[in-house]
Amino acid sequence: MDLPAEAAVWADATLAAAIFAVDPVGVGGVGVRASAGPVRDQWLALLQQMVVGKPWRRLPLNIRDERLIGGLDLGATLQAGRPVAQRGLMAETDGGVLVAAMAERVTPEVAARLAAVLDRGEAVVERDGITQRHAARLGLVALDEGIGDDEKLPAALQERLAMLLDLQSVTPAEAFEDQAQIPDLAREVAQARALLPQVTMPEPVLQALCVAGVALGASSLRLALLAVRVARIHAALGGRDSADADDAAVAVRLVLLPRATQMPVVESEEPPSPPPDEPPPSEPPPDEPPKDLDDAEPQLPEGALDDLVLQAALASLPPGLLASLQARQARADRSRSSGRSGAARKSGQRGRPAGVRRGEPRGGERLNVIDTLRAAAPWQRLRGRVLDAVSPRRIEVRADDFHVTRYRQKRETTTIFVVDASGSSAMNRLAEAKGAVELLLADCYVRRDKVAVLGFRGRGAELLLPPTRSLVRAKRSLSGLPGGGGTPLAAAIDAAGALADAVARRGDTPLVVLLTDGRANVALDGSGGRAQAEADVQAAAMRFRQGHVATLLIDTSPRPQAQAAGLAQALQARYLPLPQAGAASMSAAVQAATARR
Amino acid sequence: MSFTFPFSAIVGQDEMKLAILIAAVDPGVGGVLVFGDRGTGKSTAVRALAALLPKMRAIDGCRYGCDPAGGGTACDQCPTLKGHGKAKSHWVSVPVVDMPLGATEDRVVGALDLERALSQGVKAFEPGLLARANRGFLYIDEVNLLEDHLVDLLIDVAASGENVVEREGLSVRHPARFVLVGSGNPEEGELRPQLLDRFGLSVEVRTPTDIATRVEVVRRRDAYERDPAAFIDHWHAEDERIRRRIVAARKRLADVQVPDVALERAAQLCMKLGTDGLRGELTLMRAARSLAAIDGDAVVGDAQLRRIAAPALRHRLRRNPLDDAGSTVRVERALAELFPA
Repeated sequence: MDLPAEAAVWADATLAAAIFAVDPVGVGGVGVRASAGPVRDQWLALLQQMVVGKPWRRLPLNIRDERLIGGLDLGATLQAGRPVAQRGLMAETDGGVLVAAMAERVTPEVAARLAAVLDRGEAVVERDGITQRHAARLGLVALDEGIGDDEKLPAALQERLAMLLDLQSVTPAEAFEDQAQIPDLAREVAQARALLPQVTMPEPVLQALCVAGVALGASSLRLALLAVRVARIHAALGGRDSADADDAAVAVRLVLLPRATQMPVVESEEPPSPPPDEPPPSEPPPDEPPKDLDDAEPQLPEGALDDLVLQAALASLPPGLLASLQARQARADRSRSSGRSGAARKSGQRGRPAGVRRGEPRGGERLNVIDTLRAAAPWQRLRGRVLDAVSPRRIEVRADDFHVTRYRQKRETTTIFVVDASGSSAMNRLAEAKGAVELLLADCYVRRDKVAVLGFRGRGAELLLPPTRSLVRAKRSLSGLPGGGGTPLAAAIDAAGALADAVARRGDTPLVVLLTDGRANVALDGSGGRAQAEADVQAAAMRFRQGHVATLLIDTSPRPQAQAAGLAQALQARYLPLPQAGAASMSAAVQAATARR
Repeated sequence: MSFTFPFSAIVGQDEMKLAILIAAVDPGVGGVLVFGDRGTGKSTAVRALAALLPKMRAIDGCRYGCDPAGGGTACDQCPTLKGHGKAKSHWVSVPVVDMPLGATEDRVVGALDLERALSQGVKAFEPGLLARANRGFLYIDEVNLLEDHLVDLLIDVAASGENVVEREGLSVRHPARFVLVGSGNPEEGELRPQLLDRFGLSVEVRTPTDIATRVEVVRRRDAYERDPAAFIDHWHAEDERIRRRIVAARKRLADVQVPDVALERAAQLCMKLGTDGLRGELTLMRAARSLAAIDGDAVVGDAQLRRIAAPALRHRLRRNPLDDAGSTVRVERALAELFPA
């Protein structure tokens, strides 16, 4: 089959749908990266036809715990006059498919709840006076509308989804082309379901999958296990009762390759040498592994299968992907997961719940119905409620039963370090900034604040550490930063402004700390020349000021410079000359700046 | 019917398994924190523990599963249940209570029984997860995602061994002695130092990179999923052996000698590392004693201290952000200096 790359993508998407449909629970789920549109709808419709008769539910982004996990059904409770439990969405989906839209924006809390259910196959409720467990064996379709590498599925979730698809390159025409096959596919899926329990997994195939995971840098054991399951299902779809190299190659392609963080070292005759700076060429990749695989298998020496499986999977890669892998690895070293702890809270519910207190809901406080009921419940007799079943039961709630939920309103501060990594003293400054970041983070424990780091050198600015409060991540991101090159100050100011804006939109308070000597020599367009660079800096500073972000400029030059002081003025920043800015003094200065506001 | 992956079938992760066993032998060691990569069998190990632990006796009718032998503090019901003679008791499994994500405070500490209050107008206490975990284990997966007010609550109860409920006109106190077991991924966020300190032992788990180990993990997991009953059966003898080791170690525990030399060594080590407070030394000693009991050694010596120092101390080091070395490395460095082989 010689298909153009896009058609191969769609063919794989169809295959993934079939594999998922055979055993949604075993596969865990599919992550589908695509914008909302006909292609995604067509894929979902395709899947739906293959899992006909199973529950199919949608998970709204803003779901609350009592609907997701289960809890007290308040309407029914009030009507019945006694606690009535409701099953959550996950329990309702038992045996079927749960579709999560905009899954890239799911909060870490919801992601963790989904992950727990995917792991255990049951939803455990310990809420609102209710203790229940419901079977919730389900497969998750996580629709990922993220753009770029910053927006992606939460790592905890992504790890439990066997297959990741990227349908962004598929055109609607391709997606609608082969609709005629769907009934056939649905039949194959049904047959495969019956065959699946008998499919065996020969030792060499299993080993090949484990080797492939390590070679590709997708090393989680969960992924290896999912790859084994996918290989087995693929064998069942092909009507075989034993998985072979073919199946393993498909599993590597669908499960492991999308998460590859490194290029495997395979002794192949034609080493992949992708053009580094070109868009993906539309050269047709072979969709299937070489045909002679099956014949060769019995005579293979030990370990040869491992390479074969990898090679077959690699051969099916769109060539552009190889180029992006290296870049991805560089990033992966620094930020291995999204790890967005403390992401945006649900709207209308600011801050963390900080307990419940007696009182009337006033000034935007929210009535906590459960606790109000709880308070009213014991007094019903005294209040003269008739307990027999003749009259409709009512609960008498009085004003002093009211309870409101308190939220901690404190806004978190995200300190954004913008570090000049140009020139000869870059290494020192980076080390100091790193030390200050870590000191701040150690302190942030108590206050639960976050830290981000932007570095700039050469031609532009780069986000080295997205806002985080994880010291582990910070250490990893900041280790081994390169230094040297020109000073693209304007680009750095623009990037800082954009990040500060993003932080503010999330509901946090940004604080920008700029470490530089203020001497720009690279203009916004990447060209050299001091005059243009200075002009760009002035323009960028003007844009930055519009954001009204609290800013601290730390002058790192050996002798305080008029230039840096001028820049501070342009940015409306506090100017702080710290020629020997040690980590400790820097973090003290930043803390003082935080406290001042 | 649900199955649990057998403890003995878990490949590698020796430090984690050892820490769990140590806490099972001597709950006084304090909780176990398992932090590390995803997909390393953290939850699997803790859940497997439930199937492994030898049963214990509990007083008939006691809602908190109090010990008929009177170990620990008894609840206020038990004297009535006991009456004059000996209380009747029965065998129960040691509780390993999973704290599900999204648990609400009323179910954790216990609250007014709403059902009975509404239907009969009776004010009754409905015990929560802390009551159920009494004398057993309380497991919190994704412990770093736990809401702050629940964390505060757990810290308090874990320290006092008693749950005090003052809400909705109820005033109840009951024993809640449990081993706190937490797991999580550090990339999701750090733990507050106060909670960190509550855990006696802290274990770091990594994804194994060596192929043979990985193949073995996948092979066993695959076999388990294909036929859980047969798989559990296959590992039954091995699990039984570990269970006997726990029972034997518990019997030996009281007789294990802790000589002054060992105490001094532990103190030196903690001084060297600059750990805060005395908790580090205490945990180190208890864990070393438990380890000696497991191994059948009569006296605690350098060997035990050396093996257990990292899990007992690594989470108590004061952060030194300018020292790039991880805390494990720092403990090992101190060990190498103080305990030259």
